[in-house]
Amino acid sequence: MKKENINSECTLNQAMEMGLTEEEFKLICKKIGKIPNLTEAGICSAMFSEHCSYKSSKKWLKILPVSGDHVIQGPGENAGIIDIGDNQAIVFKIESHNHPSFIDPYQGAATGVGGILRDVFTMGARPIALMNVLRFGETSNAMTNHLLSGVVKGIGGYGNCIGIPTIGGETNFNQSYNSNILVNAMAIGLVNKNKIFYSAASGVGNPVIYVGAKTGRDGIHGATMASAEFSNDTESQKPTVQVGDPFTGKLLLEACLELMKTDLILSIQDMGAAGLTSSSVEMASKGNVGIEIDLDEIPLREKNMSSYEIMLSESQERMLMILKKGAEEDAKQIFKKWDLDFAVIGKIITDKKIILKKENKTVCNLPLNFLVNESPELNREYEIKTSNINLDNKDIIVKKSIKTILYKIIGNENFASKKWIYEQYDSSVMGDTISIGNKSDASIVKIHNSDKGKFQGKAVAISTDCNSKYILNNPIEGGKITVAEAARNLVVSGGKPLAITNNLNFGNPEKKEIMGQIVGSIKGIKEACEQLNTPVVSGNVSLYNETNGKSILPTPVIGMVGVIDDIEKIIFMNAKINETLFIVGQDENKYNGFLQSSLYQEIFCDDFSGQVPHVNLKKEKNLHDFIIKLNNNKIINSAHDISDGGLLPCIIEMLLSNKLGININLPSRIKNPNKENLLFLHGWLFGEDQSRIIISTNNPDKLIEFSKSENIDICCIGKTNNTGVVEIPKYDSICINKCLELYNNTIPNLFS
Amino acid sequence: MRVAIVVFPGSNCDRDIFEAIKSISKKTPKFIWHKETDIENFDLIVIPGGFTFGDYLRCGALASNSPIIKSIKDHASRGGAILGICNGFQILTETKLLPGTLIRNNVLKFLCHDIDVIVQDTLPSPFTWGFKPLTKLNVPIAHNEGNYYVNDIELKKLIFNGQIAFKYEKNFNPNGSVENIAGVLSENGRILGMMPHPERSVFSHHNSLDGRLFFKNLIEQLLS
Repeated sequence: MKKENINSECTLNQAMEMGLTEEEFKLICKKIGKIPNLTEAGICSAMFSEHCSYKSSKKWLKILPVSGDHVIQGPGENAGIIDIGDNQAIVFKIESHNHPSFIDPYQGAATGVGGILRDVFTMGARPIALMNVLRFGETSNAMTNHLLSGVVKGIGGYGNCIGIPTIGGETNFNQSYNSNILVNAMAIGLVNKNKIFYSAASGVGNPVIYVGAKTGRDGIHGATMASAEFSNDTESQKPTVQVGDPFTGKLLLEACLELMKTDLILSIQDMGAAGLTSSSVEMASKGNVGIEIDLDEIPLREKNMSSYEIMLSESQERMLMILKKGAEEDAKQIFKKWDLDFAVIGKIITDKKIILKKENKTVCNLPLNFLVNESPELNREYEIKTSNINLDNKDIIVKKSIKTILYKIIGNENFASKKWIYEQYDSSVMGDTISIGNKSDASIVKIHNSDKGKFQGKAVAISTDCNSKYILNNPIEGGKITVAEAARNLVVSGGKPLAITNNLNFGNPEKKEIMGQIVGSIKGIKEACEQLNTPVVSGNVSLYNETNGKSILPTPVIGMVGVIDDIEKIIFMNAKINETLFIVGQDENKYNGFLQSSLYQEIFCDDFSGQVPHVNLKKEKNLHDFIIKLNNNKIINSAHDISDGGLLPCIIEMLLSNKLGININLPSRIKNPNKENLLFLHGWLFGEDQSRIIISTNNPDKLIEFSKSENIDICCIGKTNNTGVVEIPKYDSICINKCLELYNNTIPNLFS
Repeated sequence: MRVAIVVFPGSNCDRDIFEAIKSISKKTPKFIWHKETDIENFDLIVIPGGFTFGDYLRCGALASNSPIIKSIKDHASRGGAILGICNGFQILTETKLLPGTLIRNNVLKFLCHDIDVIVQDTLPSPFTWGFKPLTKLNVPIAHNEGNYYVNDIELKKLIFNGQIAFKYEKNFNPNGSVENIAGVLSENGRILGMMPHPERSVFSHHNSLDGRLFFKNLIEQLLS
């Protein structure tokens, strides 16, 4: 926008260039009783963007369960907060930075991490862990290597420098992400319950303070960019990507936490998407007050920035605070110590408006209620489509040896170890990390200084999940499975699931089948969250993940947080010698596993259409309670959830680190090889039926006794030995060293 | 036992060192802000890891011009003990309190994992003399610029003087360091710079307790 035009009336064409629809523009003119100038229109457009207004998803997000005994703060704040006892709380949220990361992988990913960290420490919490969920295109795609290495360097570049450990997440590959990768970053923080900070502004006349980095011309209208589809012309959008500076982020973190020890701050919010616009509008409207800002007081990186540019810049590492009157000087000293800008830029006013002044002229005067409460809520047309294909296992299984199939699965990029990636992140800084990578199904970090005498302390367990194939084939069931699996991952690590944050990544919601994926998966998530008592406390929606009209696979990511009340109860994944492996949640006579929508089908049929496994949430909850009971009785030595790839690959994962072997005890029905039994065997070994966990124990008798009294199905797999060979009697034998080599080398071979 | 931990803008292992030393020595270390110029006497000054001044220009280069550096140099000239870990090591080479320089890992990646380092047969030093030479310590590394370089003449001097404190195992040199060097001592043995993080293997929830042993030995040596 040219500077000279900035105070002139906005035309419909200009409004549409900013991302507003004709309808929205007319509504704005009617509601504010005038034709907005360019700054005002820019502010409206940012607030009405999908990114800020959730206009397509709002109606459906409302159905999610958001409260519970342990919920201190649900959605609507910078992040969600749950009570973990001992006057402490966990603050967490996940957020996407998909479009920026495709345009500029390093900066896109780095600022994604920086942004989510600010969401957490703005609430008074010290961040204690980072997670990330990544989706890239096919490994054979020429762009994938470049995007992956840029994103990984960006995540590490920010997290390593600011000194917060990156302890887990997931990385998957599918051609649907070739031109639209996903970068979802999650941050977890720890706060004392009586030192939580919120964003609602208060107290007419109180000073509005700007702290952190200076405002530049980067990321202008980023929220609008993030709310549009891509075309081939993404290169030209580079200026809309923000540039991060983790060093300034670290200073801002320390300065804010230092100031938060005082009682000078009334409210605080970071300047994230839509920068100064959304932070000032949201803070004032939440507090039911108005805000007046003098744009001449904003610390600027470049000269001659227009009011439009200042308001819509997404420069990083900036915060907006309301201080108590008279606290300015004390607060300023802290920011001076950390060499950060500190400016009094305005005040809280009675009139519920946002008023901006520049060079003594009012350049914006808009009613706040209108911007926040009357932003559109759309009732988009939707169709929840479930796959109409129903395949029999005999349509799926291939004439290959068990060994060949297993090695293919273990060496598949979606199964193999992501060590090559996560070793580029500092996972041990802060000294509290307990489990990363495949040490256990959930990532685990200790609550700092929670140990006392003999008590070893408490920990937080975190897992992230999403199986897009299931969502595509059945959005409701897929949504349920995603939550169930995340919870299962916590339970098998010794944790108690408490709450979730979600990142709903989908294509264009204007298409009714995409809208159906959104609605369906939200319905599934809702049901599972209710049954498993894990409310949704924060989240993010990322739509229009399409390029040239082709959508990504539906990817509603769940980040679940749980607590481990005693770190001695942590369960790791690796089995030791002479332990007996059991499947919990399946009986000995079940031999026909579910192969539709499986990794097996994806690899060998080059297709994953069909039905999805059913998850019975009652049974799932019973299973979790049973595992918790076994763990409290010290019956479990190691445990692992059976998910992608099915039973055999999951057994292998438990044996890898100690290079063990096992003689697998097959269901009696399929002990003898023949054509029909082979069909069943493939299903048994590679089927992806839900609600199953493998555990290892030294106390099989006790386990059997418990399973009888609790009426839970179990199935004995066999006893681990030191042969390094997995025997499937009369069918095949598998070499653990070969598995280890495939598991560890696949990703480095693809990307080094 | 009086320990100072120097904090620069961008230091991020200061709290970890603090907790490690406090737990082992039962004494509370003192944080010293980089702008301080007049410091009391300490038995040990620790320069922790991190990204001081964002690692801009060159790792450790800007920190080596901070006001505190003069006090650290005075402490060194009095024969005081100094431990620099990771970015602290980089700062010590930038200030020339230790020889050599740390350049980018030869694999061109940040690396974070557990690794074995081998204690060398060194000149008398509180940092190594509690260990039998060739003792293996399992400790994590986490760095992007840990590739230690000195020229041949300097290297010969280091070897001759017994200034090499720790080496990576021959086939497990993670970053391309000359002679597999993971840590070096000053000529008087009173200053140690090391890339691995002993403060991350101190507590029972860590993967190893070898860092605890390192600090325990160090404290005993300094007190004896």
